[in-house]
Amino acid sequence: MSAVAPQPAALEFDALDVAYTVRGKDRQVLRGLTLRVDAGQTIGLVGESGCGKSTAALAAVNYLPRNGKITGGAVRVAGKDVLELGWGELRRLRADSVAMVYQNPGAALNPSIKIGSQVAEAFTVRGVARGEARERAHDALARVQIADPDSVMGRYPHQLSGGMQQRVVIAMALAKDPALLILDEPTTGLDATVEAEVLDLVAQLQAELATSVLFISHNLGVIAKMCSRVGVLYAGRLVEEGPVESVLQDPRHPYTVGLLRCIPRGGVRKDHARLDTIPGFLPSLGAELPGCVFVERCALADERCHAEEPAASVVGPGHETRCWHHDRASELPRAEAADITLRAVDRTAAPVVRFADLGKVFKQHGHDVHALVGVSGEIWPGETLGLVGESGSGKTTLARTLLGIVAASSGGVELDGAALAPRFQKRSPEELRALQIVFQNPDSALNRRHSVRRIILRSLRKLAGLTGAAAEQRMLDLTHSVRLSERTLTQKPSQLSGGLKQRVAIARAFAGEPRLVVCDEPTSALDVSVQAAILNLLVELQADGGVSFLFISHDLGVVRYISDRIAVLYLGRLMELGSAEVVFGGPHHPYTEALLSAVPTVDGGGRERIRLEGDIPSAASPPAGCVFHTRCPRKLGAVCEETEPPLLDAEDGHLMRCHIPLDELRRLQR
Amino acid sequence: MTRYIVKRLGLALITLVLLSMVVFATAQLLPGDIGRNILGPFAPQSAVDAMNRQLGANRPAVVQYWDWISGVVQGDLGRSLAFQLPIRPILATALGNSLKLALEAFLIVIPLGILGGIAAGLRAGRALDRTVTVGGLSLSSVPEFVSGIVLIIVVGIFLGWLPITAQAPDGAGALTQGRYLLLPAICLALVLFGYIARITRAGVVEALDSDYARTAYLKGLPSNVVIRRHVLRNALLPTIAVVATQIGYLVGGLVVVETLFSYQGIGLLVFNAATKKDYPMLAAGVLVIGIIYLLVTLAADILIAVLNPRIRLGGAE
Amino acid sequence: MTVVAAGGGEARAARSERLHLLRRSPSVLIGAGIVLFWVSCAILGNHITPYDPIYDQTQNIFAHPSSAHWFGTDRLGRDVFSRVLAGSRDILLVAPAATLLGTVLGTALGLITGYMRGIVDDVVSRLIDAVLALPLIIIAVTAIAALGTRSAWAVAVVIGLVFTPIIARTVRAAVLAEREQDYIQAAQLRGERSPYIMFVEVLPNVMPLVLVEATVRLGYAIFAVASLTFIGFGIQVPSPDWAVQIFDNYTYVDPNWWTVLFPAAAIASLVVAVNLVSDGIQQAYER
Repeated sequence: MSAVAPQPAALEFDALDVAYTVRGKDRQVLRGLTLRVDAGQTIGLVGESGCGKSTAALAAVNYLPRNGKITGGAVRVAGKDVLELGWGELRRLRADSVAMVYQNPGAALNPSIKIGSQVAEAFTVRGVARGEARERAHDALARVQIADPDSVMGRYPHQLSGGMQQRVVIAMALAKDPALLILDEPTTGLDATVEAEVLDLVAQLQAELATSVLFISHNLGVIAKMCSRVGVLYAGRLVEEGPVESVLQDPRHPYTVGLLRCIPRGGVRKDHARLDTIPGFLPSLGAELPGCVFVERCALADERCHAEEPAASVVGPGHETRCWHHDRASELPRAEAADITLRAVDRTAAPVVRFADLGKVFKQHGHDVHALVGVSGEIWPGETLGLVGESGSGKTTLARTLLGIVAASSGGVELDGAALAPRFQKRSPEELRALQIVFQNPDSALNRRHSVRRIILRSLRKLAGLTGAAAEQRMLDLTHSVRLSERTLTQKPSQLSGGLKQRVAIARAFAGEPRLVVCDEPTSALDVSVQAAILNLLVELQADGGVSFLFISHDLGVVRYISDRIAVLYLGRLMELGSAEVVFGGPHHPYTEALLSAVPTVDGGGRERIRLEGDIPSAASPPAGCVFHTRCPRKLGAVCEETEPPLLDAEDGHLMRCHIPLDELRRLQR
Repeated sequence: MTRYIVKRLGLALITLVLLSMVVFATAQLLPGDIGRNILGPFAPQSAVDAMNRQLGANRPAVVQYWDWISGVVQGDLGRSLAFQLPIRPILATALGNSLKLALEAFLIVIPLGILGGIAAGLRAGRALDRTVTVGGLSLSSVPEFVSGIVLIIVVGIFLGWLPITAQAPDGAGALTQGRYLLLPAICLALVLFGYIARITRAGVVEALDSDYARTAYLKGLPSNVVIRRHVLRNALLPTIAVVATQIGYLVGGLVVVETLFSYQGIGLLVFNAATKKDYPMLAAGVLVIGIIYLLVTLAADILIAVLNPRIRLGGAE
Repeated sequence: MTVVAAGGGEARAARSERLHLLRRSPSVLIGAGIVLFWVSCAILGNHITPYDPIYDQTQNIFAHPSSAHWFGTDRLGRDVFSRVLAGSRDILLVAPAATLLGTVLGTALGLITGYMRGIVDDVVSRLIDAVLALPLIIIAVTAIAALGTRSAWAVAVVIGLVFTPIIARTVRAAVLAEREQDYIQAAQLRGERSPYIMFVEVLPNVMPLVLVEATVRLGYAIFAVASLTFIGFGIQVPSPDWAVQIFDNYTYVDPNWWTVLFPAAAIASLVVAVNLVSDGIQQAYER
């Protein structure tokens, strides 16, 4: 450890305990949190839902919600106890020294006040005169790389895109040259390329201003990219803390170990190994946890762990952990067997689903929005086609067109060679059972008032035509195949966790033995540890039954893990289609290249960051020629502006829509 | 924005036309044989037929409706059967009276209700909030004639402070009229206070809990600035909508209060028309009440659209 | 093969906690207590009144409150106290009946317009807007005058019908929100028909809202029935119903205030009590 710095820490949590009063009872959310952010450092705080990370952020500025209270410890900013400050001092602190940036920037801005006034407020509160404040607001917006600050200042928040809104929020935050910047999931919900821009911006500004940063996220990749040190929170307790490389490459707490094993890393794919999972469930909010908070889910736990809260042990330079068995942490037994044998996809058989030249045009405010343009492809039995793209790419529209939720404006879909009616209402029951869907949000996917049993039985009745004893038997089979205990059958969805609900949703989709299941971001709303279990389940179901998946996700690591082939969409057009290795490994389309470079991974490094200028163009007025040319860093010239490149087979079924020949790309992307 | 206004205007017109049809159907058609209703069960059939012919009640419903509505549009509201006089002047006076009472009640309850709601919202969960919320709730639960009676007995009879009828003597000045209207206005204010305070409170609480209020506080802005500039602006929008709907009640729904205080407002006029089977008056009166309500809600919608940039300017680029 | 055990009894715990809170909330307890008191009076009826509320007419008209007559006597010499005790019965029959009618019809209408949307929704919503442009009393008065009858049951039906669009509107809003949930889409993709989705999938999820609405409407129903009775529609003399008493005696209110004040207080107490209970239920769901 280096000598103690003479200045006080920019932010210091000192054995902080926080509880919320919910329905009359106090529930402990933070337990003895101790963490330092020294001057100029960027510290990450990572954890899954309910771990208390956002509460820590709110406590740092003494802005807990009405039912929250500090039950012990202290929070110090620049040496001063935030909780002891008087009103006036607290205000000064917030106005001058501490800035916060949150998730959901649209909600963080007042919908009824123009951007210019809101940003200027950050200056007037520090005593700057009105006129000068507006000028400085203009400069602040320019500093966050907003192209036309004057125009933006005259607008209202709802007129800006998500990425733009977040830039404005950051501009307001940094306007005060704060000593401490707290970011709470600032890029969740933003597109990958926009997220990369925002993170780069934060890093750059932080370097310029030497601000201390507390970066809170559930995404280990983002933390790895942005922070020098990281703390891992579980059930309100800091279980491990240390330099980022040290914690991520040599984790010494079973939870961290488990967490890292859940994430598909280093290009691993489903046929290489099964993802590991963390057994058990996150403890409910404010549960009583004597002993180690992680004990219920830890394979290394023994009597001592149940009885005594582990003390902090130093396991390396600046690296601490709270575990009685930290020396054996890396030997944590796997919860899932690593080996797996999968069938190879038989491409000599006929494809299950074929879609040809699909197009969809929506009418919005009198304009024509081309959500899908000329998209074609096939899906073979037993294969997973991954679908990748940012907002406006058309991936959701493509899924809906296949299912018949929206009718295609042009082109058609075939199932086993027979054309499908454009709308599902006109399809036969056999066709309906063959194409099913697993939704993103497990809370909304199940009827809260029906028991699990009823949900599955109804699906069996409508999709498989089974009733009575046959249905009962099949229901039990399905329940087992999604690894649910029979006790869940009598429960209602509101009594189940997100992961369990998603299993029920999967069981429901499989009731009729479907041929193709559309998975629309099935794990995006789930915690990392649960996500791995669901992915494993999907892979297993595919291996057992030969079902095909159309897998949509914004998480490229997950898509790469589970997909056999990948399709990349941009602005409704298919840009690239090929096997997962090639699309992700290269040579690939310039858009794919930029997308991959934008996504932060836990292992970091490797890719050169390719910045894409500007926002995604509007689908209502797409650019002429190649739709990507306005942002393409490898644009050739006039040909890209005038002619749309056709989708060509560049090599062995690897389709590409680019004027640059494949060999040239291979050379450029080496 | 203009498109929004035009659209709302169009909708209001359609609703108005539908309203007129419903009113006409109920008031003129439902009672059945009008001539019989007026002359009673013992009159000879020939007299009944003559009456029907005279009133034009033997023509097809659509024709009758068209006659009526075209008259209304031109300002001719028909002739009262009970008074044997043109309806318009009678209706106009009654409407004027109602509007005066509504205005006075309004002036009392709006400021009190909004301030009460804001105070309750800012101190949500604490003593002041519970008092205002539960108190307001209890007050608005009490039917107006009940509170009216209590007020009459206590303030009018026991204490003798205010007159117990609302109709000021002819030719009285505005202040005297106001004094006479005070009891019924207070009575109405009691009923509406709780309602307005609750909606305002809910708006304030929601705004206070919002992310943008948090941003404002964390910018270091003092409380009063946050509340004034950020919270209130957004919190009061729902209140406007609710106040608008209450105006309809204030103008036409005061049958009970007008009865109690012997006040010749439009509510009482319509009630009497109903009981006396004065169908033309009934139809005209109900239509006018409906028109006022629709106008007021239209105005409120436009006001909200003006204040809410999301509606005023449309979506993202 | 590992089986994932069921976790989180969260919702069950939440529900019992809510009930617990309800039991401890002072406003709910007071409200429920008052309602129960009046309900028992309605059930016990003449058994608990010192004098017969309708037939015990004396020569002692307009007597001041005294030890013989706690609340005094009215214009026919009847004991006001007895009449107040007995007066809850009629209103406790008519108002809930009206509420029930309005709730059932309104929920069905709200479900259909909210789920089906399209032309049906547009037309019905316009009609509802048109009808709701009028204050309840005006509609009730007009309808009753048109029907030509003043009986209590006509009032119940009319109020029930007037409540229908109000409740339909609230239910429709809830159905619109519910419709966006994915399980509805899942049901459609199974080939379920619309009536099934409306009544088997959606309805159970809007029931809590319907129940809360119904209790709020009940307060209004009591309010409305009392008001209509006061102006002569609905419950008729010689019933000891409170509003009838007021109707009967208010022209003599000066100086015989007791004939009117006590029934008025009774009405107030019942409506306030019902609203306290419904407010308490709403609060428990909010927290």
